[in-house]
Order: sequence, then structure tokens, then C-alpha cells
Amino acid sequence: MYKYDAIDRQLVNERVEQFRDQVRRWKAGELSDDEFRPLRLQNGLYIQRHAPMFRIAVPYGMMNSARMRKLASISQKYDRGYGHFTTRHNLQLNWPKIEDVPDILAELAEVEMHAIQTSGNCLRNITTDQFAGVAADEIIDPRPLAEILRQWTTFHPEFAFLPRKFKIAISGTKDDRAVTWFHDIGLHLQQRNGEVGFRVIVGGGLGRTPIRGEVVREFLPWQHILTYCEAILRVYNRQGRRDNAFKARIKILVQALGIEAFTKLVEEEWAQTKDGPATITQAEFDRIAAHFAPPAYEKLDEPELPFEKSFKNWADRSIHPHKVPGYAAVTLSLKKHGVAPGDISAEQMLAVADLADQYSFGELRVSHEQNIILADVKKSDLYEVWQKAKAAGLATPNIGLLTAMICCPGGDFCDLANAKSIPIANAIQARFDDLDYLFDIGEIDLNISGCMNACGHHHVGHIGVLGVDKNEAEFYQVTLGGRQGNDARLGKVIGPSFAAEEMPDVVDKIIKVYLEHRHADERFLDTFDRIGLDPFKNRVYEGRAHGKAKAAQPEAA
Amino acid sequence: MAQLIKNRTATLDTWKTLEIVEDETPENVELPTGDVIFPLAVWQARKAEIISCHKRIGLLIDSNERIEDVADDLEYFVVIAVNFPKFVDGRGYSTAALLRQRYHYQGEVRAVGDVLHDQLFYMQRVGFDSYALKDGKDVVYALQKGFTTFGETYQAATDQPQPYFRRRA
Repeated sequence: MYKYDAIDRQLVNERVEQFRDQVRRWKAGELSDDEFRPLRLQNGLYIQRHAPMFRIAVPYGMMNSARMRKLASISQKYDRGYGHFTTRHNLQLNWPKIEDVPDILAELAEVEMHAIQTSGNCLRNITTDQFAGVAADEIIDPRPLAEILRQWTTFHPEFAFLPRKFKIAISGTKDDRAVTWFHDIGLHLQQRNGEVGFRVIVGGGLGRTPIRGEVVREFLPWQHILTYCEAILRVYNRQGRRDNAFKARIKILVQALGIEAFTKLVEEEWAQTKDGPATITQAEFDRIAAHFAPPAYEKLDEPELPFEKSFKNWADRSIHPHKVPGYAAVTLSLKKHGVAPGDISAEQMLAVADLADQYSFGELRVSHEQNIILADVKKSDLYEVWQKAKAAGLATPNIGLLTAMICCPGGDFCDLANAKSIPIANAIQARFDDLDYLFDIGEIDLNISGCMNACGHHHVGHIGVLGVDKNEAEFYQVTLGGRQGNDARLGKVIGPSFAAEEMPDVVDKIIKVYLEHRHADERFLDTFDRIGLDPFKNRVYEGRAHGKAKAAQPEAA
Repeated sequence: MAQLIKNRTATLDTWKTLEIVEDETPENVELPTGDVIFPLAVWQARKAEIISCHKRIGLLIDSNERIEDVADDLEYFVVIAVNFPKFVDGRGYSTAALLRQRYHYQGEVRAVGDVLHDQLFYMQRVGFDSYALKDGKDVVYALQKGFTTFGETYQAATDQPQPYFRRRA
């Protein structure tokens, strides 16, 4: 994992003092609320429904046990003893005091963490694949270039006040696990004639106007990624809309200009800076890459795993293939039924840190599916890891299944939300609490967002649930057939929205249609692609005027 | 009147900025004498006239205006004032970066408008060298702290064309 040098440390410490001074001046009335807002947002601090919300960065998802223990201690000292992992490699605290945030930042800096640019209209945290560096299907480890990009984005002077937020994701595998088609910039590392480079995708995004990104360049040699990103950002900074926050993301600019015209502008801009000093040197790449050298793997045989049904159930769901024989990547589920998806208690953080130290070289990852990964576990240790994870409530065998849903904090915490999302998640988990049934249903992504900002990635869920506000009541719109990965696409709206209490039944009906229609070995998505939306639609709206939800009828009257 | 910081010291502003008020247009506004900063539209409409009666000329460019449109005229300007209508409107940073990096403009590049303490560090990096700090803001404190927030920087920019990784020992 990347370790700070003197300069990295200095910058993070200087950031703490800068923010301490900004908080002081705000309290003293020298900074107005409007002047303070972007400054605190660029340190991850929101003013929320009940209390401030504070968002800590986990750059490209990499963690270690020391960092996790620090987060546990911070959550106990300054908050209510838990945190929430988001879909973009961040940890959120829901109850800190604004006055404490400079001290929290100082404590984070001790373990090389920060909250730099975790919010605001600026370059945000870089995200990538949670299995980077260990995945069996990996072409190129994206982490060294993610770190180079992290440094480049940190306090970039020209792009601190963009029209809107800007998110970059990198993937280095055959199978995209970083939602790269739905980021402002999505980068695919690839090899061409022995040369390493990027496919550069621009203008994707979920949110209010979900759009799949478009390719601006099929192949960009890796040395040019900073100058090329600067060209994209300069075009966006100057031409992106600033008159309407809802139309300010780069995707709107790309759509307005068309991808050809946009690409032309970027290429013209890039022609001026190409091969300039910001071109990455081999020496710098090697220096950073050395931080991501493989740990001291042992030469192991493939062990026979114990045949105990509940262990096997867990292992089937939680283990990801590793490129080194005898090792596996283990996903610890933060999707225990009845708990807010992505939430983790301080006690669990400590348990996770211990597991990392004992079984995985002290390192950890967080995934955009809001789970934790032990990336380098010996297969012969899996049984022990399972037992300990189970004792800590981290071994729900539901990874990839219906109840391991992605879910935003929703209306319980978030000011932007139109509707609550956690109670919907919990109600669906309660309905599908039977593990055998859950296993029989098989792989399915259920994603829930409490509003159209889509923090819960509902558009790319096989089943997507979106909270909407109708006459000040909370309703839920359902989409089917969305997906992430190489074939990423948006789900289709099934029809009028539902009341909260209808949602477990609606999901149940959708599942039943799948089970009745599926061929052997078909996953939900395969069946959906074969039979289409109508059978699902007919079932969920059965018995009511077609295409008209019960709950919507009073409105029509 | 805004307080001017130039070359990292508080200084008296000797320039006046021509403002177009109602009923006036770039074509009919009366051109004042002395050191004047002219809005881009006035410059474009009255270039010959301005050159004939002013020795020292300043240009005001707003955040939605393109410096490319006056790229051939830059030699006329002693100062180019880049307006920040709101401090969160970041277009001016690119304008200054282009002026310095692409057009190699050597004159004064001044930040005007909603110019605040906490943006001075970034402004200095992209190529501003004077700052009309917003009224009511503490110019002494800005000079003391605003330009030295960070002791090192990662990226290449106008103030340091080499990124940190090329300057490592």
C-alpha cells in the first residue's frame, strides 16, 4: 500500500491547519456561511438533517489495520460508535460536531488519512476495483496510476471550483468492477502491442440525468494521463454550465456538444500540453508502483475446504479468485439483515483490523458495494476467518445476493433525500431472511437510492429502487434490468411508483416471476433479458387498473 | 474600494475600471482619461480610439469571456483584470493559466470581484500576481497567511512548471 513521504505528510498536516483556521474565522464571523460552505465541503463536511455529516476519503479503497483502528477510535470519541461506507470509497460519520472536525482531521493525518475533496464541486476521490492487484482477471494493477492521479487531484489550483463535482474511476480488469461507464471520467487500463494505456470514457453519470459515458480516446499511453485529464478538465471548467446546478455535470456538456465536437476540443487543448512537464516519467511510475509490490506470498497448495454447509454457503458467496495459488480474496458483508447497508460499528472495525493483521498482511479494501475485503487470505485459513467474522456479525452469506443491497443513507440522515431508503432495505431483508430461498434466487443486485441523486446506484441495479416525493409522501419507483460491468446499462422503469409498505411484496412478485420463468442456470438478469419487462409488469400491477399503481389512484381522482 | 495586493504587498490601486451603466453601450460610453481598465466589449468596439489616447491600457475580462478573442492584442495591456463574479465561479483560474502558459503574457494579471482570502493560494499558482481583495476582508491577515497555506505542491502550474515528481531529489 502507498506510504506517505515527507511531502505527502506535510501537505495533509498543512490542510488540517488551514481548515482549523477556516473554522475559527467562520466562528468569529470573518467568513460568512456562504463563504465557508465550499471550504467545509472540500473537507467532507456537510450540514445535514440532524447533525453535520463528515465524509472521510479512502483513496481507491485501500486501507490497513492501523487506519481501521483509528476510524474505530474516532467514531467512538467524536461520534456514536459507528460509521457508514459509501459507494465511492468513503466512510461517513453521521453525528460529529463541526468544532471537532479539525481535531478529527489531525487524528486522521496521523494514519495518512484525510477528507480532502470528498465533497464540493471539485475533483473527488479516485475509485477503482476492490480486488485491484489480486484479481485473477486483472490485466494491469490500477493502483499506482490511481495514486498518481490522487496526487494530481489534490489541491489542483485550476480545478478547485468546477461547475459541479467530478468523479474519476479506474479499472484494470477484463470485467469492469468500478462502474467506469458511469463516471465523469472512466478509465480502462489495457495493453496494446505491448504498450500500456487507457481507454478514456467521458460524460457518464447516474443522478438526475443518467447517461452512459462515451469514449473520447480508445487508447492513450499511460504517460499522458495527467495532461489528457487536464485538457478534459479545462474544457469542462470553461464551458460546463454554471447557470443551473442540475445541468452542470460534464455529461450535460458532452451531450450538448456531441461526443465528436467535445473530443475535438479536448484533443486541441491536449495538443498544447502533450509531452509537457506533467507527462509522467517512468521513474515516478516505478517509485509509486514499488509501494504496491505483492506481499510475501507463500508457495501453497490448494487445500481441501471443510464441507460444512453453513461454511460452504458463506465461502461460495464471499470468496473471490486470487491470482496466487492457495490464496483467496474474502468479502466481509456489511449487509447483515436489519442493519443499515454499509454501516459498521466501532467493535466491528476493530474485529476487521484484527482479521487483517492475522490473515491478510494487515491490509484491507472497501468496495463500492459497501463491503470490506481481506484481499490476501490463505485458503487454509478461511474456516478460521469465517468463524471470527461470523462472531463479529460480518459473515452474512449474502454477497451478490438479493439482501446484500447497495443503499444510500436516505431520508433518515440525508438532507437531499426525497424518501427513506434504509427502512426499505431492512423490510426487504426481513422478507427474504430465509437463506435457502436467498441462495435459490441466486445472483441479483438490488440497489436503493433515496432520491434521484442516485448515491445508491439504483439505475444500475438489476432491481433498482428510487425514492420519490409525491405530494410530500414517500413513494418508490422500480426499475429492472440495469447492470454494472462491461455491458453497463440503465434499468427500465416498470411503471408507477409504490408506497413503502408495498415494496417487499413488489420485490417478492418480481422474484416469483423470475423463478417461474427461469431456465436451468439462468440468473435473474438472463431471464429478464430473455422475457423482457412485461411479465414482471403484469404481475406487480395485477388486479389494479393496468399501469396504475394503487397508491397513485387518489391523485388521479 | 477594494484593497489591492500586488507582489505580495498591500498597495494603492492607481487604475480605474470603466463601468458601463444603463443607457450606455460599449459604442457610446465616454472613455475616461488616466490609467483605465476597459471591459472586453469596449476594447473590441473602440480599440483604435483607446490606443490613440491611452498610453497605459488595462483589460477587464469576465468569467464568461474568452481570452482567445483578444489573443492578438495582449501586447497592448499593462494589466489584465480577470473578474470573479462569485468566488465559486472557477473559470477565471483557467483564463489566468492560459494567459501565462499559452500566451506567455508577462504583464500584471489581477483577480477582481469576489476575491477572498481562501482562494489566494490557488490564484497565485495559476498565474495571478495581483489581487483586489474584497471589501471588508483582512488584508494584513491575507498577506500573512493566504499565500503560504501549503509549502509544496504536486502539480505543474504557472508558478512552478515542474510537477513535484520531476523535482524529487
